[in-house]
Parts: sequence; C-alpha cells; structure tokens
Amino acid sequence: MKKTKSFSYAKYGYLFSIPFVVAYLIFSLYPTINTVVLGFTDAKGMAGLTNWHFLPFEDLFKNFTTVLNAPTFRKSLVNTMILWILNFIPQISLALLLTAWFTSKRNELRGQGFFKVVFYMPNIITAASIAILFKALFAYPVGPVNSLLTNLGLTDEAINFTTMVWPTRGIIAFIQFWMWYGNTMIVLVSGVLGINPDLYEAAELDGATSSQMFWKITMPNLKTILLYTLITSMIGGLNMYDIPKLFNDGNPANSTMTTNVFIYKQAFSGSYLYARAAAASVIMFIIIAILSVLVFMMFQDSDKKMERAAKRAAKRAAKKEVG
Amino acid sequence: MAKKSIGIRRTPGQKAFRVFAYVLCIFLACLSLFPFIIMLVNATRDTPSIQSNPISFLFGTNLKRNFEILTSKDMFSPWVGLKNSLIISVCATALTVYFSTLTAYALVAYEWKLKGPFFALILAVMMIPATVTSIGFYQFMYRIKWTNNLLPLILPAIAAPGTVFFMRQFMIPALPMEIVQSARVDGASEFRTFNQIVLPIMKPAMATQAIFAFVASWNNLFIPQILLTKKEVYTMPIMVSLLNGDIYKVEYGAIYLGILLTVLPIFVIYFALSKYIIAGVALGGVKE
Repeated sequence: MKKTKSFSYAKYGYLFSIPFVVAYLIFSLYPTINTVVLGFTDAKGMAGLTNWHFLPFEDLFKNFTTVLNAPTFRKSLVNTMILWILNFIPQISLALLLTAWFTSKRNELRGQGFFKVVFYMPNIITAASIAILFKALFAYPVGPVNSLLTNLGLTDEAINFTTMVWPTRGIIAFIQFWMWYGNTMIVLVSGVLGINPDLYEAAELDGATSSQMFWKITMPNLKTILLYTLITSMIGGLNMYDIPKLFNDGNPANSTMTTNVFIYKQAFSGSYLYARAAAASVIMFIIIAILSVLVFMMFQDSDKKMERAAKRAAKRAAKKEVG
Repeated sequence: MAKKSIGIRRTPGQKAFRVFAYVLCIFLACLSLFPFIIMLVNATRDTPSIQSNPISFLFGTNLKRNFEILTSKDMFSPWVGLKNSLIISVCATALTVYFSTLTAYALVAYEWKLKGPFFALILAVMMIPATVTSIGFYQFMYRIKWTNNLLPLILPAIAAPGTVFFMRQFMIPALPMEIVQSARVDGASEFRTFNQIVLPIMKPAMATQAIFAFVASWNNLFIPQILLTKKEVYTMPIMVSLLNGDIYKVEYGAIYLGILLTVLPIFVIYFALSKYIIAGVALGGVKE
C-alpha cells in the first residue's frame, strides 16, 4: 500500500523540480559550457560574438597559454591574492576576538544587539556605492581623510593616496575587511552558541580559564564553520571586482587590478578579446576549484590527526586511571 | 540579567578587560557609521564648503541645488535607476523565493529516483560564482539580442541553489507530512497543497531569503554592467559608477548625494528589518 502511494506521487518530485532545472540549464550550465568553448576560439570584437572559429588544432590552447604567460594576468592574480590576504587575516582575527568576547559568560558585554547591527551594516550596503564613497573620502588635495590626518598632526601635507601602490592596496583591503568582519563575527557567534553548553560547564567545574576554554573547546568545535568562512571568503576574494574597479580602476599601474577586473578589461574594452577573457575565466574557475578542494582536504587531514591525538590522550588517561 | 549581575564581583583585571572591550567596540561602531554620516551631511552641503571643511556634522542647505547639479549632466537619473533596480530586484526576489521553495518541496515531500543526485548537484554548484561564467553568458545574451534587456537579470533567479538548500533545511523540521496527507485526503491537488498549505508554513524562511535575494540583486554590478549599455536600462549601481567620471569631478556635494540616493533603499530595509537580517546571517552560517 505504502509503496504504491509513494510511487504514484514520485512524478510530482520531477514536476516541481522542472523550473529550477530548466532555468539552471539555460542560464548557468549552458553559459558555463559556452565560456569553455569560447576559450578555444578566436572570438574577438563585436562581430566575433556571433562569428567565431575554433583555433586550428595545433594552436587549440593558444588563448590559455597566452593568458598564463601574460604579465598583466600574472600580476592580477598576485594582486588578487595580496588584496585577499591583506583583508582576510585581520578580518578573521578581529571576528574571532569579538566572538570570544561576545560569547564569554563570565564577562557579559552589554549592547551586543546594537554592536552586531552596526558592525554588520557595511556588508549590506551596495559595494559599488561604498567604493565611490571611499574615493570621495580619500579625495586629494582636500577630502575628509586628508583633513583628519592634517588636523591630527599625522601629516604635514595632503597625501594623494590613489597614486601610490601600497596605500591604494591598503585602502581596498581595508574596505573589504570593514565590509566583512561583522558578517564573519555573526556567523562565528552563532556557531559558538550551537556548541553544547555542557562542555563549558564541565570545563568551568574543572577550573579552566576563559582562554583555555576558547582554545580547547570553542576553536575545535568551530572548525566546520571556520572552513565554511575560509572557503566562501576565498571564493569571494578571488572574484573581487566592484571595489577595485570603481575605487581606482585597478590602478595605480595595475597594482590593484584583480583577475575579474582583468577579465572585464580584456572583454569589454580595447580590442574586445572575448576568447582570451573566456580562457582567463576558465583558468580562474580551475584555480578556485583546486583551492577549495585543497582547503577542504587540509581541514579533513587535521581533523583525522586531532582524532588520533584525542584517542591517544584518552588511552593514556585510561592507563593512568588503571595504574 | 539584573539578577545575575548582583552577585558578581569583578577583579581589577576583568574591569580593565571590560573597559578595553567597550572602547574597541565603540571605536568599531564609529568606524562603521562615520563614512555614512559624512555622506549624509555632505550631500546637503555646497562644494566650496565641503572643500574648505570636508568633515562636518552640521547639515547644510544645499540639498536641492546638489540634486539639480547631479541630474543636470544628463547622465545620473535617479528615477530611471530606481525604476530599473526595483523591477529587477522585486521580480528576481519573487522568482527566487517561490521557485526555491517549490524545488525544496520536491526534495522534501516526494520520493523519486533522481532526488539524491539532484540534491548533490545543488550542493556542488552552490558555490560557483556567476562572474566566472560571465563571458559565455554575455555572448549567449548578445546572440539572442537580450542585451539591454532586464530579463537576463531576472529569469536566472528561478535557479538559486543556495536558497533551495536553505529552504530544504528549514522545511524538513517545519513541515509535518501529516498536514500534506490530510490535504490529499480532502482531495486537494498537489500543486494546490503546495500553494495553500506549504507556502504559509514556509513564510518565515521565505521572508529571510527574500531580504537577502533582494539585497544581492540590488547590489549586483558585474553582470548588469556588461549587459546594459543604454542609459534607459541602467540600474542604481551602474548609476553610481557614473559618478566616477570626469563630469562630476569637483562637484562633491552632488557626488555624495548620488551615493546617498543609491544606498537609501538598502538603508531603509536594513534599519526596518535588521533584527531578521542578523538572525538570517547567523542562520546561514550554520548551514552544515
């Protein structure tokens, strides 16, 4: 009876998935395949969008080798990594610190609701608008930041930030950090709140200090969420576009040109090198996939190591008790 | 909370820690708010006074004039941007929320052979960013003459893997199958059961996802920027990117006002719904 019932309803499972599947095939899967295909062609210029040819067999990977050997692409890859690391390390550090504070039971801080709302706010505001806003804030020769610095006596004359490599990189990394630490903190806090409170109670009874509890209970239990944060932040970082594009158009001297800005510039300016841009996209896709798997495996690995260590510790403890 | 704090005696170390923690938190709060306060105030001031004193917390009287300068260049049209962004974001949000719930329902309520593989596929493609495949998407839209059209920014919203995943996780504990069964006994069709019984139960999850879908759609720059080249179809983020050009070079009052106009709707949404948004972010993180 039950079997026939579930059988007769099965078709609705397929039926109700059709809109998703159709939209996915048309708007995601086909464009993905199309991007890969274009990477092997000579598509170039407006006419090249509808009238392109595959590269001759011996030169099939020419776009890929050209992109990989192009100094601007390599530079954009390095830039992207620099900007991501400059933003991620302070971001995760501050988020972890705030998480430890906000979840400490001994030192309950007040106004947490308010702080969460304010810290998260930059994350939800249009990134394009934030880039233009910061550009106005760092305006030269007179702008809010320059006026603040001279008033505080930190500098004698106005600084033209956007003409200097590291200050511009620093500002872009700061904007990313400023936009994301609140988000990361909220995710981590909710992760900590999901940890079994018994663990903390037991540790407290055993006289553990706050920092011991943080490193021995909170951190190991947060691992899955830290992995999630790391992977999403890395994928987001490798796709950075709005802020470096609008803050200074990848300049000075292409020092803040990320790979996505590179792809945009290849395809939609100059000589409209669609095929080359497609090849660069595929390369980025592969890099993202490899890095995600690597990070995932790293965590899996340390997971196993920790398990083994825990088992050894348990054995030792058991022996001690017996002895 | 009050009860708790009565009995607590803090050591000097703990007191020092609390002072330090509050100072840092207040500093970070100022850091979050400061750029937006400058934006708000300077949007009402005239350019000469911004030039002579860029940081002020006193509103000016130049708002109307700034708006005239902003719109006089025949580039930045807030109403056109607002209209296009609203059409795209509202339609995309409605499609994402409705069809993601429907897809989640297919995954939760029915037993079918390809259910497992289908769910695995959703998990696998959840993280793929749209920008990576943008060239193929652009070429496809160009070929079918859909550039400068709002549809390619709306229709892909039907397939939102992340939202489907979230809806499924929410639906499993929230939807008792007995209700669905009794609707069947009453003779309701499966589609009607979904619309009239399942959707109302899913309302809280749909509301959360609607906020995030709307904001993501509103803030999107990369894909609209490559697809839309005509002024009449520009979205708000494209409008704000125009402020970068030479035409507004020194009109700071107008630039600040332009930025303000593009973020105003998001601000309104955020301050009206911040409680739900923060809860939604927290929920999103514990996906696994």
